Amino acid sequence: MSDATSQMPAAARPKHSLFEPDARTRRRNAAETRFRFFGASAIVVAVLALVILLASVLGSGLGAFRQTFIHIPITLDATALDKGGNRNPEDMKKVTTIGYAKILEQGLKAAIAEKGLTVDPALTAKQIAGLMSQDAAAQLRNQVLADPSLLGQTIEFSALANGRVDGFLKGRVTLESAARDSNISPAQLNLVSEMKDAGLVSLDFNPAFITSGDASEVRPEAAGLGVAILGSAYMMLIVLVLSLPIGVAASIYLEEFAPKNKLTDMIEVNISNLAAVPSIVFGILGLAIFINFMGLPQSAPIVGGLVLTLMTLPTIIIATRAALKAVPPSIRDAALGVGASKMQAIFHHALPLAMPGILTGTIIGLAQALGETAPLLLIGMVAFVRETPGAPPEGFFDPASALPVQVYNFTQRADPAFVERASGAIIVLLVFLVIMNAVAIMLRRRFERRW
Amino acid sequence: MSVGLILLIVLGLGVLGFFIGRQRALSVADGEPRNLHSLPGYYGWEVFLFATVPALVLLVAWLFIQPVVIENRVSAMLPEADIAQAGSITLVMTDVRRIAQGLDAVAKKAGLDEAGINAMRADLTDMRGRLASVGVAIGSNVTPSTLEAAKAYRNLNSSFSQVKSIAVVLTALAGFAWALFQINPEQRARNLVERFTLVLLASSSLIAVATTFGIVFSLVAESIHFFKLYDFKQFFFSTTWNPKFGGGSDLGIWPLVWGTLYVSFIALIVSVPIGLMAAIYLSEYANKTVRAFAKPAIEILAGIPTIVYGLFALITVGPFLRDWFAQPMGMGNSSSSVMTAGIVMGIMLIPFVSSLSDDIINAVPQSMRDGSFGLGATHSETVKQVIMPAALPGIVGAVLLAASRAIGETMIVVMGAGAAAKMDLNPFEAMTTITVKIVSQLTGDTEFASPETLVAFALGLTLFCFTLGLNVIALVIVRKYREQYE
Repeated sequence: MSDATSQMPAAARPKHSLFEPDARTRRRNAAETRFRFFGASAIVVAVLALVILLASVLGSGLGAFRQTFIHIPITLDATALDKGGNRNPEDMKKVTTIGYAKILEQGLKAAIAEKGLTVDPALTAKQIAGLMSQDAAAQLRNQVLADPSLLGQTIEFSALANGRVDGFLKGRVTLESAARDSNISPAQLNLVSEMKDAGLVSLDFNPAFITSGDASEVRPEAAGLGVAILGSAYMMLIVLVLSLPIGVAASIYLEEFAPKNKLTDMIEVNISNLAAVPSIVFGILGLAIFINFMGLPQSAPIVGGLVLTLMTLPTIIIATRAALKAVPPSIRDAALGVGASKMQAIFHHALPLAMPGILTGTIIGLAQALGETAPLLLIGMVAFVRETPGAPPEGFFDPASALPVQVYNFTQRADPAFVERASGAIIVLLVFLVIMNAVAIMLRRRFERRW
Repeated sequence: MSVGLILLIVLGLGVLGFFIGRQRALSVADGEPRNLHSLPGYYGWEVFLFATVPALVLLVAWLFIQPVVIENRVSAMLPEADIAQAGSITLVMTDVRRIAQGLDAVAKKAGLDEAGINAMRADLTDMRGRLASVGVAIGSNVTPSTLEAAKAYRNLNSSFSQVKSIAVVLTALAGFAWALFQINPEQRARNLVERFTLVLLASSSLIAVATTFGIVFSLVAESIHFFKLYDFKQFFFSTTWNPKFGGGSDLGIWPLVWGTLYVSFIALIVSVPIGLMAAIYLSEYANKTVRAFAKPAIEILAGIPTIVYGLFALITVGPFLRDWFAQPMGMGNSSSSVMTAGIVMGIMLIPFVSSLSDDIINAVPQSMRDGSFGLGATHSETVKQVIMPAALPGIVGAVLLAASRAIGETMIVVMGAGAAAKMDLNPFEAMTTITVKIVSQLTGDTEFASPETLVAFALGLTLFCFTLGLNVIALVIVRKYREQYE
């Protein structure tokens, strides 16, 4: 053997040092570096996608929380607004928004004249009044009806500005685009810039975006999320009340009591399949069973809640079973050993110990349900709803909207101002989701026990 | 009485029952709990369960059965002539239901009482106009018999609801009383309560099965309905999709299937390489700091609702692709396109693919890696030639699961892909998918007897079968693979 080694031809030996990689090694090393680079760039792409996604939504949506207001002193003429003169809100309701619009128009004109602003003579009175939102009159009317003693006084009133004027202050509408726009003219915008310099017009924080209901196509500036947030809250309440007990009960049965047989197998396969059924199919189920068959009302939170409950159940069941499985058998054995029944061992000992895991799973399930849109479109939540639903339980049957559906609703409208509203609504939705997930993480960190 | 109020009453009775039951148990035991078979609380629970559960079961069953019974009774009232004229019994019944709803609105507006509604006559007043004035549009003129049926429908509904309230509350009271009278020191309350609880637990696990049955039942029933009105050959083999409200529409599924597959294909092309490489990098290369930062970031992508992705497609990706790719290349000028929806959906699927692949790669035993390193392979060679082949079945399963997600995804395609049903190869063209058409055929004012609406159920059934098939195949593959290393 040693002979054979010594007879090895010298040519087969590498000519250069091992410390200098040959072409093949270099190729292999280069492939290694390339592969690593691809891996790293995949991560970068994914993170970049997340950053761009959030940046684009935040960038276009933050504006929705600020709104343009026109601040003018308004003299509330008692003779025009309360013809009976008895300050009775019932009688005062006879004066419609048209009456208030007139007062607003006069107030605006007076304010412009007082500040000595140059008004393009081509501007008609209607165009000047058009700087204010059509909703401003209703706003003023509600304020007066709520407090009749305001009549006869001069109050500082902040009127919502028209959506185009708002866009002008936010840079969405320019003088060039106004020239092509039948809803606003460059002359009007010039007046707005003067009013802004004079302090009559400003961008302020707009709490009405969170609290007020939806508004029609032509007044994007008045559209808010109040009804949608309330509708979503109702649905989450229904989902929580139904899916948590049912999900926990089902998990306890499957994890602790179910005999190993065909039926149990079928239930388990069913649950894992349900988790993968496309959400829109649940919408079809809701439409066919809850609305067409059972005759529940369309666009009601109760139907949305039921559909979302069915969708959330698999998530909760899977989380609860994992949490129950994590409780060591010694706990149950100890309970059984001191004379507890099986039911007592589970309900008094295993279940409380599994509770943090169950709650975490439930919150994550609720967060998913909160963002779900497709099934709600089918059960009619997409309808235009302005009125706030009543208090539960009756309110569960009133028409309402939901946050994600409201986003979709906003995007379906022609006025570009609604895009800002849609992004703003998404920000609200994301804030809720972040809070829910943070609570879930906190619960897990604080209460999770390793056995 | 509304359902909510009934619920409150029943639950109130239950809570009251708990305390009274416990109290009674203590009093029959002369205030000495040791004389009782079970702890006093179990007697309370017994009363609670017997008061609430049977009543609630009755309530739910009633809610399901009442519509069927009323429907049957009312449709028996309708004369043959009306049904023949309208085309089908369901059409007439839809009208009846709408008129019944409209009557409430009319009465509210005009301030009529019950007698006033019953005195309305279709042949004397213009019912259609009156209903239209309160926002209820009726397709055809209201015949006297339809109006009578609608009135009967209303009356039956209200009387049934009254009977329901009484029946449910009586059941609750009966259960309450029965359980209360059962209480004596020898009664084995704990065993009874535990058996009762077990039944409750088992039946809540059956809700999952009931949901599946509900889905299959509603899809199949309405699809059968659809295929009675529309030739199934046309549906499955025609390549034109052109619904016209008013009849004579072409409802071929192929353009929708094509759009669905095209969008999903692009989504997979985006998500599978990125997701897979990300998983490989995270599990094989990344150090702790990178992992601690990148993993949650990718998981955040998974927690973002699809409507957000939809808006992203609509306001950012769509216009970007149109201005920078489609228009300069002369391939179209629509901002919603297959490409837009595909790319955004791909981003959505990245975390899905990467977390599934991560699990699978981590399941490959370390000894295989060590063996490969020992033979002198580089890390990337180990990944490509040892880990990937070992993990391949699992990764195929993950890709199939991702595909099923992509096919069933709705909001991104509704907002990003467009609504035109086309079979085109140009990825910058707007096309549509099955889910988009389900949404568009079922939202808005829908008439539940026209093929244009019912086609959505047939589409839903197709979608359900598609995704279920993919899931089952994926699970079988994944399960088979797992057995190798266990």
